[in-house]
Parts: sequence; C-alpha cells; structure tokens
Amino acid sequence: MNDLDLGPVWLTLRLAGVTVALLLLIGTPLAWWLAHTRTRVKPLIEALTALPLVLPPTVIGFYLLVLFAPAGVLGEPWLRLTGQTLTFSFSGLVLASMIYSLPFVVQPLQGAFEAVGRGPLEAAAVLGARPLDAFFSVASPLALRGYVTASVLGFAHTLGEFGVVLMVGGNIPGRTRVISIAIYEQVETLNFAQAHLLSAGLLLFSFAVLVLVYALNRRFPVHAA
Amino acid sequence: MSALAFDLTVDHGAFALRTCETLPLTGITAVMGASGSGKSTLLRALAGLEPAARGRVELGGVVLQDTAAGVCLPPHRRGIGYVFQDARLFAHRNVSGNLRYALARARPGAAAPNFDDVVAALDLAPLLGRRVGGLSGGERQRVAIARALLANPRLLLLDEPLAALDLKRKAELLPYIRQLPERFGIPLIYVSHAVEEVAQLANEVLILSAGQVVARGEVHAVLQQPEAEAVSGHFDAGVVLDGRVDGQVPEYALTEIAVAGQRMSVPRIDAAVGSPVRLRVRARDVAIALQRVEGISIRNQLAARVLRITRDSTSANAEVLLDLGQDPGGAHLRARVTREAVTTLGLAETQRVWALVKSVSFEPPQ
Repeated sequence: MNDLDLGPVWLTLRLAGVTVALLLLIGTPLAWWLAHTRTRVKPLIEALTALPLVLPPTVIGFYLLVLFAPAGVLGEPWLRLTGQTLTFSFSGLVLASMIYSLPFVVQPLQGAFEAVGRGPLEAAAVLGARPLDAFFSVASPLALRGYVTASVLGFAHTLGEFGVVLMVGGNIPGRTRVISIAIYEQVETLNFAQAHLLSAGLLLFSFAVLVLVYALNRRFPVHAA
Repeated sequence: MSALAFDLTVDHGAFALRTCETLPLTGITAVMGASGSGKSTLLRALAGLEPAARGRVELGGVVLQDTAAGVCLPPHRRGIGYVFQDARLFAHRNVSGNLRYALARARPGAAAPNFDDVVAALDLAPLLGRRVGGLSGGERQRVAIARALLANPRLLLLDEPLAALDLKRKAELLPYIRQLPERFGIPLIYVSHAVEEVAQLANEVLILSAGQVVARGEVHAVLQQPEAEAVSGHFDAGVVLDGRVDGQVPEYALTEIAVAGQRMSVPRIDAAVGSPVRLRVRARDVAIALQRVEGISIRNQLAARVLRITRDSTSANAEVLLDLGQDPGGAHLRARVTREAVTTLGLAETQRVWALVKSVSFEPPQ
C-alpha cells in the first residue's frame, strides 16, 4: 500500500490537461465553422468529427499506430523534425488523445455557438466591432457554458481512455503508463489493493467532475440573447 | 444633411428586392410596407448584413458598396447604426455594459453623442446597473436605441422597434424616437407597417410592396395614396392633420388643438401650448352634417367643403374628401359614409358641410 506509485496519476493529469488545452485551441475554429457554415460537405465533416464516439478504441489505436510508426505518414516527418518517434511517446499519446476526445470538445462548443446564433454578432458588427473582436467580446462570453462543458468532458474522457493508449503508447513508466494502464497491470499481477485505490480514485474524481459540470450548468444558465 | 443613394438588388429565390432611390436624409424617413414586402431586407442590405445584396450604396458621398467595382464595406465599417426588432442586447453585460460596448467602438468624430446626454435623452439613468434579462420590452428598446447612438453612426436604421410592444408602451416610446434627429443630429430611417407610428414620426415616407418602391414622398401626401391604404388596410384608412396645441382643459383631461384655423378637442396630449402635434383621423371616424348640429355629444365640428366623392356601386360605402381650410391645397379630411347617405343628403362637390369627429376616436395620445 505505502509503495503506491503516483507516477501514472501525474502523467494522466498532465496528458488530459495538455490534450484539452490543445483541443480547445483547435476545436474552437472547427466548432465555429461547423456552427456557421452553409457548405454541403458539413454532414461529412460532422460525421468525421463524431467518428471517435462510435469506433472501438482498438480501431482508432490500430490506425494511429500505422500512421505514427517511424515509417508512417505522420511518424516519419515527426521523427525527422524532432528526432523522436510518435509511437510509445508522450507526444504520440497527446496526439492520439486529441483525436479520441475531439467530439467531446467540438460538439459542446458547436452547440454553444449555434445557440448564440448570428443575432448578437450582427448587433456587435453594427456597433463597430470587427469579426475577431465580436468573437472575443460577444460570442465566446455567451458560449461560456459550452467552454466549461467542453473542457470538463474532454478532460474526463481523456482520463478514462485505455485502448488507444495501449495500442499507441504501450506501458512505459513516466512516459505512457497512465492510470487506466496501471490499473490493468495491477490486476494482471493480482495487486488488487493497488488496483482498488487507483480505480476508486478515478471513479470519485470522474464523479466529482460531472457533479461540478451539472452544478455549473445550473448556476450559469445558457445566455439567451 | 447628407443623402443616401442606393441601387440594390437582393435575390432570395422566391423573393427579390429591387430598389433604386436617393433619399435626402433629414429627420425621420419611414419605410412602410406589409409583412414580407422587403422592408427589413432593404435595411439589412443598407447596413451590410445581407450577403446576397448586389448594387450600390452611397451615404453622404462615401461609397459603402459598389458590387461592379468590387467594393463592399463590412457592417462594422459602414458607420450605419441598426436597432433590431428584438433589441439584441448582450446578455452577458448589464445595461451600462451594453452602452459602454458601443462607446468603446464608436466611430471617431467630433460630434459624437455624449454618454450622459444619451442616457438622459432615453431616461436610462435608473436602469444603468440592471441586468438586461429583467428589462421590459420598452426598456430593452430604449437601451438598444441608446447603444446604437453611442456608436456615433452617420445614419440610424430602426427595424420595427415597437413591433413587439403593446399600444401603451408604443405610445410611450414614440416621443423618445421623434426627438432623436434634432437632438443628436443623426438622420433616421424607420421601418414600420403601422400607419399610426409613421404618421407620428416621419417627414418622408417610402412604401414598399413585393420588393419594390410603389410610393414615395412627403408624409401627408403619401399616406393618402392608395398604396398606403394597402398597408394600413381599407378599414383604417385616413388622413394626417398637422396642428398646434391651443390649450389644456385639465378638468376634463382634454387638449385643444388648432387645425387649419379651426379647433378640435382630443384626449389629453402632454405638450406645451404652441407645440406642434399630428393627429391621424380615420375616415370611418368622420361623419358629415349639412349644418352645425346642436344637442349632440360629438365635440369636434369642423367647417368643410366637399372636394370629391368616390362611390363604388358594389359597396355600401362612399368616401368623401373634405377640405378644411380657407386656402386650397390645405388640410384635408376623409369621411366614410354610406352611399345612401350621400344620395339622401344630396352631397355634391364644392358643397359646404360640417365634418363631425368624435374626440374619443383618437389613438391614445403619445
């Protein structure tokens, strides 16, 4: 008990944090575009974005492994640029988690932007606000709840991933051994006490996070313009 | 003052707007039309909010859009303010925050409206700290108008700002709007399908039907044209009379108005003696007598002369156009009476008659 290795916990929190931060950066323009576009390929892009929701993690993991391999489409240039492989590395895990958790960030954001609608943006424009100004001063504050939901769901979902990590990252302490992998290993080696600790910790944390989301949603109702 | 010239086409498939006008922007110009006639589309196209708009817009010598030359300024660079029917206040800011949002982005200019002046003009001081969610419809529109003014536009467009309000609130808001052009030196284009509002506010009127301008001109003239009647509906057709407050009768809550050298009394109007007022008199509220009538409750008896009688043999009604003044081309009244009455009274053109108007037939005064 007292020699419980907290390494996987810190690694998992770091992975989830970095993943969500990057996803918010990339997901915002993507969700904005999906909310406002009138292009005919919109359903195609929406389906692509939602794919990680329905695919078995092993399928995602398998294709990512193919892409990330040192001779793969992504792995080869990455290796050339950074001198490191994408497979079995923290960077590879971040990239894989971003794809795995993409819908959990993009969908709440898209929903929030659609709820805000064009009305407040037009109102901002005729008051002299440039489009980027209108986005930061009107659209994003009004979509605040979407940002909270997206961050928390993206974070919690990354915490719980297993299959993709196992396929792409393996089980390297300090680099790719996240909580879910550590639990799996403790169970395999019949260390049930440690498995309990980590599992119960993850369970309580996830529950607390979800309670927080629902509580926030009550406190800050969606702003109807 | 500046002029607005536009030659715009907006094609929305089933509906198309085609307009080419030059408006001398003084005071309040009204754009009237039934629902779906293209009023809002025209306003949105002027403001740059209608991506499908093609053509030319020029405001005070500055070209805002010229599709042929590849020029199309985005809305935030046109210097045109817009008050939406649904106010569109920012829910994440309070009233003061909404106003300061506009102030921070105001078009640079020496004559920019001052924050305190705008707040005073629209009576917003008690509301400044309030959240916008708790405001009434009339309060929301006052904030929206103030916010639009603070952006210091060269022209302010109002898209049916009173449409969502009840009669009483409408009447409360009209005086706020009427004073704006003079007080802040900003011309207004006011869109409405309500003849009462247009009659109260506008100098110049433009009537749209199915995406085209079908009538245009000075308010009294346009409101008597059949195109205006198509908007107001035949039932509510009438005329607009310009008068002056001649005195108050507090005891009976009445106001005396001098119109065309005669006197009328209407339900109380809060205005000083001598100030100009406009009365809209519906044709259906006017009766005709051959001589002055004694022992009758109707207070307004105006000496008039029959100018024209319009009869339609399929209808029970006839319309009688009456001249109120001594000078020709002065104030007119329209009376809707039965054809039978015209025949029985023997009404004929140039005949001297009395026009009877019930005081209570006037809309709740502003």
